[in-house]
Amino acid sequence: MTSLLSSLVAGLLLVNLVALGTSRISTVVRSVAVQGVLLGVLAVTAHGSLSLRVLAVALASVLLKGWLIPRILFRALDQVAIKREVEPSLGLLPSLLLGAFATVLAVAAASRLPLAETRLAPLLIPASLATVASGFIVITTRRKAISQVLGYLILENGIFIFGLLLLEAMPFLVEAGVLLDLFVGIFVLSIILHHINREFASLDTRRLSLLKE
Amino acid sequence: MPPLPVILPLVMAVVVFATPSKRWRPRLLAVTAAAHLAVTVAILAGSAPAGGGAWLRLDAPGRLLLGVVSLLFLACALYSVGYLRYRVERANRRFCACMLAALGTMSLVAYAQHLGLLWVGIEATTLATAPLIYFNRTARSIEATWKYLVISSVGIALALLGSFFVGYAALLGGGEASLLFGDLLGAASGLSKPWLRAGFTLLLVGYGTKLGLVPMHTWKPDAYGEAPGVVGAILAGGLTSCAFFALLRLTQITAAAGEGVYANRLLVAMGLVSMGVAGALMLGQRDLKRMLAYSSVEHMGILVVAIGLGAGATFAALLHLVNNAFGKGAMFLAVGNIHRAFGGKTTTEVHGAIRRLPLSGTLFLLGLFAVTGSPPFGFFLSELLILKAAFADHRWLVAGLFLGFLLLVFAGMGATSLAALQGRPPKSARTSSYRDSFATFAPALGLLGLVLLFGLHLPEAVRTLIADAAAVLEVGR
Repeated sequence: MTSLLSSLVAGLLLVNLVALGTSRISTVVRSVAVQGVLLGVLAVTAHGSLSLRVLAVALASVLLKGWLIPRILFRALDQVAIKREVEPSLGLLPSLLLGAFATVLAVAAASRLPLAETRLAPLLIPASLATVASGFIVITTRRKAISQVLGYLILENGIFIFGLLLLEAMPFLVEAGVLLDLFVGIFVLSIILHHINREFASLDTRRLSLLKE
Repeated sequence: MPPLPVILPLVMAVVVFATPSKRWRPRLLAVTAAAHLAVTVAILAGSAPAGGGAWLRLDAPGRLLLGVVSLLFLACALYSVGYLRYRVERANRRFCACMLAALGTMSLVAYAQHLGLLWVGIEATTLATAPLIYFNRTARSIEATWKYLVISSVGIALALLGSFFVGYAALLGGGEASLLFGDLLGAASGLSKPWLRAGFTLLLVGYGTKLGLVPMHTWKPDAYGEAPGVVGAILAGGLTSCAFFALLRLTQITAAAGEGVYANRLLVAMGLVSMGVAGALMLGQRDLKRMLAYSSVEHMGILVVAIGLGAGATFAALLHLVNNAFGKGAMFLAVGNIHRAFGGKTTTEVHGAIRRLPLSGTLFLLGLFAVTGSPPFGFFLSELLILKAAFADHRWLVAGLFLGFLLLVFAGMGATSLAALQGRPPKSARTSSYRDSFATFAPALGLLGLVLLFGLHLPEAVRTLIADAAAVLEVGR
């Protein structure tokens, strides 16, 4: 079990780096989808015993993050017919290195904080913090509006990993609410993406500068 | 069975969305708002059950929040009837449905007793209000909505991580991992300190983004500036109140765990910086709605300073919250009228608003005095109480800066507002057909009247509501 767990976590971290290092937006969407599926498997693996609730959370996460949201994003990509490159304001290699550095930092930070004596925490906490940091890097260093949505999804995935430690404290109602909020959020964002493209003839956030002091 | 104040507006949002008649949707909106207030009053008076269970329960702070939100919303709904009659060329399906969804989700925040559920509610208020901001479908409003959604969502995501950190702090404390406020308060002394501190900081940044504290305030002037006035009233009066209650509850847990000094220091620093920066950005501000947005940043700063001053200022903070909700609501409704009458909202286009709109113009002037803390309005009382708490604690520097920033704000807001209110209306303003009507003026007058009443004589029922909420929130601090 532990070896499966560590390979899953390694996979998640690898996906972060792929998302940071690729020049194609569609690859970023795919990596976010893969991450969503990995998260579902991780949720089941992390809780050795299979309960209905864990299964439901895992299934909902796989369906939403691995299938539905990527579909919405691919549709948005098709509709707006933008150039398929990510156009980072910070080069791909520097942002990749930054992501790797953040991962190391996350491991170091987690080792300094007190952890519960479980097999999960030492793996999940650094993975969560590193994924949150990667999401932040994507949000802040990419110019396309859709990249900011993707960065937000990666950030949200990182938070989901942390949430696995607290599955007992979270009523199913809350889990469902979080996923519903995420879905509605992405849905609304994709509608506005469409409007941005129509009004500004671009998805470049540098054009979003009408409102200034 | 979910409680009625939460479920009623959400069901009606669906009904309104499905209603084919454009004329009936605003009416249904107003009727639902009135029904919501009736149910709320019955619950507050104790003649109707509040409903809910362990996660959804209406405690004293929740009662206060529900009352404030419900009353503010009714004023906004009545105003919307007049507003949408005027903007008859616009589709109103999404507007009416999203308004009701916002009411339902704000009520959910009032009921939430679980950190996770609280988060779900606050994120849902963001999503429900986003389509309202781009009601006008201009390039500017789309840009504002984008910034609002992206910045708020990322900020609130951090608050979720912070909530998880607090939950993990409880797990390490040996207790069972629970995110219910009651359980967290009971187990506060055992919470793991490093995780709690990190969690509190993330929550402050997260919900601080929603409040619009500096430096996470950047979305606020854009969103408030481009949204219709009535939406600004909901955002500045309702949504900020929800986020503030979240922060208040978390500060209570953090203080009960013995980390109050750390939390208070952060809160006072952030609050004062917000007040100062907002004041500086108001100087020379030409856009009336953006000016009100910075005024909202300033008032959030005041509120955060007030909680940072410790338990003694809780009553003052809650009173200020009530004043802010109604006072800002009135101001945004009035500025919406001015915007329509002049076809613009900057001091280049707007002159002589008092001549052009004697009612809304005068109301805006009175509102200006109210929100800048002049007597006899309620803001004066609550700001005085906050200052008193600072003096009682011998926080001379805090009190001095607080007063200085209030003066700065008065100067900035006064100059901009007077430039718009005085003088002769430009010729272009005469082309607009807008005149003050009962539906677009009375709700603003009612809200400002309440702020005046709170300053002259705080009604016993309101005082009890606030005092009960303060008593619950002071436990452990």
